[in-house]
Amino acid sequence: TLRRVRSVAFPTCLSLHPATSRGDALAPGAENYNSHDALRGNQTPLPAMPYGADSLSLDAVRGGARLPSGPRCGGLRQRRPRRPAGEPSRPSPPPRAWAPLEAPVGVWAPLASITLLSFASRFYRLCEPPHVCWDETHFGKMGSYYINRTFFFDVHPPLGKMLIGLAGYLSGYNGTFPFQKPGDRYGHHNYIGMRGFCAFLGSCLVPFAYLIVLELSKSLSAALLAASILIFDTGCITLSQYILLDPILMFFLMGAVLSMVKYNSCAVRPFSAPWWFWLSLTGVNLAGAIGVKFVGLFVVLLVGLNTVYDLWELLGDLSLSLVTLGKHLLARVFCLILLPLVLYTAQFAVHFAVLNKSGPGDGFFSSAFQSRLIGNNLHNVSVPEHLAYGSVITMKNLRMAGGYLHSHWHLYPEGVGARQQQVTAYLHKDLNNLWVIKKHDSNTDHLDPSCSVEFVRHGDVIRLEHKETSRNLHSHQHEAPMTRKHFQVTGYGINGTGDANDFWRIEVVGRKSGKRIKVLRSQIRLTHLATGCILGSSGKTLPKWGWEQVEVTCTPYVKETPNALWNVEDHINPKLPNISLDVLKPSFPEILLESHMVMIRGNSGLKPKENEVTSKPWHWPINYQGLRFSGVNETDYRVYLLGNPVVWWLNLVTIGLYLLMATCTIVAIKRGAQLTVEFKELSEVLLHSGGKIMLGWLLHYLPFFMMGRVLYFHHYFPAMLFSSMLTGITWDTLLKFCAGCLSCSMGKRVYTYGMLALMLLIVYSFYLFHPLSYGMVGPMASDPNSPMAGLRWLESWEF
Amino acid sequence: MLGFLKQPVVVTAEINMNLVALTVMGLVNRLWALSYPRAVVFDEVYYGQFVSLYMKRIFFVDDSGPPFGHMLLAFGGYLGGFDGNFLWNRIGAEYSMNVPVWSLRLLPALTGALCVPLAYQILVELHFSHCAAFGAALLILFENSLITQSRLMLLESVLIFFILLAILSYLKFYNLQKCSPFTAGWWFWLLLTGVACSCAVGVKYMGLFTYMLLLAIAGGHSWHLIGDQTLSNVSVLCHLLARGLALVVVPVAMYLSFFYVHLTVLYRSGPHDQIMTSAFQASLEGGLARITQGQPLEVAYGSQITLRNVLGKPVPCWLHSHKNTYPIRQQLVVSNPPRPVRHGHIVQLVHGITTRYLNTHDVAAPLSPHSQEISCYIDYNISMPAQNLWRVEIVNRESDTDVWKTILSEVRFVHVNTSAVLKLSGASLPEWGYRQLEIIGEKLSKGHHQSMLWNVEEHRYGKSQEQKEREVELHSPTQADISKNLSFMARFTELQWKILTLKNEDTEHKYSSSPLDWITMDTNIAYWFHPISGAQIHLIGNILTWASANVATLVYVCLFLWYLLRRRRKICDIPEDAWRLWVSAGGLCVGGWAVNYLPFFMMEKTLFLYHYLPALTFQILLIPVVLQHLTDHLCRSQLPKNMFSALMVAWFSSIYLVYRTFSPLTYGEPTLSAAELRSLRWKDSWDILIRKH
Repeated sequence: TLRRVRSVAFPTCLSLHPATSRGDALAPGAENYNSHDALRGNQTPLPAMPYGADSLSLDAVRGGARLPSGPRCGGLRQRRPRRPAGEPSRPSPPPRAWAPLEAPVGVWAPLASITLLSFASRFYRLCEPPHVCWDETHFGKMGSYYINRTFFFDVHPPLGKMLIGLAGYLSGYNGTFPFQKPGDRYGHHNYIGMRGFCAFLGSCLVPFAYLIVLELSKSLSAALLAASILIFDTGCITLSQYILLDPILMFFLMGAVLSMVKYNSCAVRPFSAPWWFWLSLTGVNLAGAIGVKFVGLFVVLLVGLNTVYDLWELLGDLSLSLVTLGKHLLARVFCLILLPLVLYTAQFAVHFAVLNKSGPGDGFFSSAFQSRLIGNNLHNVSVPEHLAYGSVITMKNLRMAGGYLHSHWHLYPEGVGARQQQVTAYLHKDLNNLWVIKKHDSNTDHLDPSCSVEFVRHGDVIRLEHKETSRNLHSHQHEAPMTRKHFQVTGYGINGTGDANDFWRIEVVGRKSGKRIKVLRSQIRLTHLATGCILGSSGKTLPKWGWEQVEVTCTPYVKETPNALWNVEDHINPKLPNISLDVLKPSFPEILLESHMVMIRGNSGLKPKENEVTSKPWHWPINYQGLRFSGVNETDYRVYLLGNPVVWWLNLVTIGLYLLMATCTIVAIKRGAQLTVEFKELSEVLLHSGGKIMLGWLLHYLPFFMMGRVLYFHHYFPAMLFSSMLTGITWDTLLKFCAGCLSCSMGKRVYTYGMLALMLLIVYSFYLFHPLSYGMVGPMASDPNSPMAGLRWLESWEF
Repeated sequence: MLGFLKQPVVVTAEINMNLVALTVMGLVNRLWALSYPRAVVFDEVYYGQFVSLYMKRIFFVDDSGPPFGHMLLAFGGYLGGFDGNFLWNRIGAEYSMNVPVWSLRLLPALTGALCVPLAYQILVELHFSHCAAFGAALLILFENSLITQSRLMLLESVLIFFILLAILSYLKFYNLQKCSPFTAGWWFWLLLTGVACSCAVGVKYMGLFTYMLLLAIAGGHSWHLIGDQTLSNVSVLCHLLARGLALVVVPVAMYLSFFYVHLTVLYRSGPHDQIMTSAFQASLEGGLARITQGQPLEVAYGSQITLRNVLGKPVPCWLHSHKNTYPIRQQLVVSNPPRPVRHGHIVQLVHGITTRYLNTHDVAAPLSPHSQEISCYIDYNISMPAQNLWRVEIVNRESDTDVWKTILSEVRFVHVNTSAVLKLSGASLPEWGYRQLEIIGEKLSKGHHQSMLWNVEEHRYGKSQEQKEREVELHSPTQADISKNLSFMARFTELQWKILTLKNEDTEHKYSSSPLDWITMDTNIAYWFHPISGAQIHLIGNILTWASANVATLVYVCLFLWYLLRRRRKICDIPEDAWRLWVSAGGLCVGGWAVNYLPFFMMEKTLFLYHYLPALTFQILLIPVVLQHLTDHLCRSQLPKNMFSALMVAWFSSIYLVYRTFSPLTYGEPTLSAAELRSLRWKDSWDILIRKH
């Protein structure tokens, strides 16, 4: 089997292991082992391999340090006096109870078969239903935007959607399908490419999980259990079959964990080629994970913690010189911090390079940003650079989707402050957004050719006159319509003559007094002279009387928020020379920063609405409620995202079981219980490998409790992957432990039947629940006539 | 027999004069001119209203925290004989003669004063020198922000007191652990830890942070205990059980008892009734209880009822129909004699005044287009057949044959034809709907939500089928008799849930600040301003102490990391026990600072500078720890030691000077002139009120 190992292109640590022929049943460490036994006068040959084929060779790689000494059937014993070494008193070691199940099978044959099964289950009925399902309406649409190169805004980083777009492009989709709403028929459009791409990545999760568990636990059956859980989980299948970000995210996430685990295994040969390979692959996968969704940060955290622990161990190793330590540190900084950062930035570079046409996302970004986009009215325009008196301008609020300062021929209604002309913020471009800058104390026409040009400077007191209605921007101590603690802003005066409440001091953030004010670049604050309040937009929508535009107020609380800052966008002044806005184009770091600010604000803006029924994080592990992917009525082809309840509840129970087992083990060790070598290995797997996976689960689950944004059931799936791997490890350890406690033949049977029972349970439950993923037609499950009626185990399930 | 007389009776008292001196200084410092100003200062306006409600025994819900703190303040009022008659509406309003200002402010001031000796004791118990301990106490003593906060009717000083008490008693307990476990003293300090923790949590939820820290420290210590193989399994178990009892069971019991007292004391209905469920309201004297008193329990066919939505958000509301502004009473179709409605029964609901049936059909609701419209079926709309059958589902039923009970049962109405569920959508209708809330038929009931649940509030059996008579009946009072007493646990659960979930409107405040402003004290809060003399009280700290505390934290963290990395390489810069001291003292002080500070970055509520005070207290305790460490281990020879001592004296005197300089803003007197005020504005971001003349 080892030869087969070598023929695989993966540069694994295993394949590099110096020649250990495994043609016969003897272990690579066998010589060592036998001599050891011989020392003890024990000549019983080892009957079978204790673990899967790799594990032993791996042990040998580690320098044969861990001698597989005589395994015994027997529990842990407390404080048993140690035997002097070499005392030939042990009974001949009986074969390990679980050995026969694993030894003959090998590692790669099962890997091939689970990969096959995984692909089969994900690609089966992939093109059904032939209409837009659930969030495909977003991500499919965004894929189309990439193909059409139109700019859009999304709260997630671009990699996932770029890949979807790429898959669509390569498979011949031309980006013309509108993806308007779930349920729209695809017709002749080619959507299989995009779905197939996601399904491909989703299928890879299973072999990844298999390899991770195998690497961590050295147990084939644990790996098989974990893999079969993922293969037969209806939730994972459903989530992998559509054009969504989740399969892509989970692919990178599992890839990162796998390469992390692999490079940990290579720790005995640092700076070797495979070590570098896996380390840098970890970095690449981290960049991928975080480039798909910000949730990828959790796996970065996991890898980070693991690395810190790793370095801490190295630091404690006094045989390593400080120079070597420095090399270790630098290698990790380079591969796990710099490399992902570079790749992440590169994704954005590609993103901005591809999307160069004006599209639906323009309004979310600042004026300077918009000037980059072909088709935007700010693209390639030329305007005067500095504000002067008499200029006609539009002012844009700096908060996300802030809108332009706007006024129109309508008064505030009776009872809402003073009955004067409305001033609002309006998101679209319109003639009513134009304002004229005037001096506060004179009404001369600065555009008169006889006047000399006078620039507006930081700290000047000005008056803003609305161009269409000739009213002045005005504020007074009446309460604002929506935000009662702020002051109302109105348009006041006739033909530019108003009163002292029309005076505003114009200031630029971070600028000294007397400097000129730049178009687009300067962040302007308008302070009301009489009351000291600051002009801002509260972001609240006005009722019908205000045409559902956004409220503008004057806030008495002096705070540096984008709500109270404005910039000048359009600028018309015939007396000033126009400069091309190209020189004002933001640099790449600026765009990067801005798009991140917008994304973060967009994410935190996804608040649940009042009274909206939202999914709570505690719902998720208990599989309390699924998501309707497609179809509502009885005649529809219905797909319902819900985990296989048997699998999920098994996972849930296992987490409790794991905690219990880990606590018992750790307390027993702390109390000084003497463990046999065999149990020491088991506890090592349980605490170290299981601990890593458990940490992964916690990191991917607990943060959701602190999130204020809208949450959905599918957010749990990354955590579910960890939970499934934990299930594999825990049950394997538990059964081995039980088997070790019982008599040998009995133990063997317990282990074999236990594993078989678990697998059969999983497969049978999948048989029951498979219509959830592969589509149901006919009466709803709440109807007793439905074939699924008996499977509606919780009232909250709605399939 | 009289042998004991052979020896003289000797009482030896050992009095730590340091402690006495510190306590006296603390008391003088905090209690001096306590009843000045005789006006409402800042948040007194908020806590005062609850004190008044306690005095009047009127029920209220406060979402800012559990009731123990309010109770303590109210206890001060009770001792001072306050009758609760004061209108707490404006900061700066003069107190009337019936308000015992001194006794209302006494308790916070006392606890604030006691923090000084507590700080001394904590450092002594951490095995630091008396000199360092004295220094820590002095720093707390001369901290202007702590003084301001404890001289007013506010809760922070009480919270800090309980936090410090918990820390001190845990340290005492831990020190006793080594020599004499399971003695009376050991039990006393262990139990006191638990009690102090629960009091801290009971005053403000912020106390939870310190409680968690203590639990973690105790967990770490217990873990060492488990590893101690000289102890038998049984004694380890006993140790663990004792800790579990004192640090988990006792605090939980204490916490429950706070609520028990709260609910027992407040038995009258009041302004916050509407937030609570009908069942809770009915358990209060007055209010809903007066209406529902004596009405029949079981809803039957023919009953006249009002239906209240269980959710109570955005505002409490009842099922209502227009045409008449009178809140409708639904009448179930009459049968005689009254036959009780059970779970699963099919009913029709008739609007009492207009005699129309509650109906829904497959027409989009006005504001929620995905749901069905609910209407009262009107005869002339013949385009659609009447679909007015509803199935009653009692959600909190015990068995499937439960009877629908007034107030107690929460029911869902499922439409028989379309299986839509009667639900409050939360949107309010436009003008034509008088801005009332929209009711919809939710076709796809996503699980259970409170907006789908209804309970009967007013109820009586209707007997007449005739319209006229029915109208007369509706206006006549109800009869029969039942009493509903909720168990304490049910009331506790509901109140606790309401406290945790009740969200006040996001209020922007002039003096609100972000956690980042706190470390450097970039912000202050003006508490009170005398409109004529211009005297003012500010929450403003001793800037030198704050800066020193920051430096100490930084030095601690850097040194800690340095030592830690070097120890890992087996290089020991300091002796083993000095290291252990360094870790335990730092863990407590830096840990206390971190747990009381960092969580605020994740909070979305309005934050003020005074939220930082518990963290600051821990940070101040760290200063002498770091200083002593520096003298002991880094100044090796005599000369630097002497210089260090001289520096210390200079530093302490400047701290005292800063304290004196800002004390007019702390105590509110003497009144400063505009120029003096301007000179106190050491940072541009401080908002000191200077009047324009």
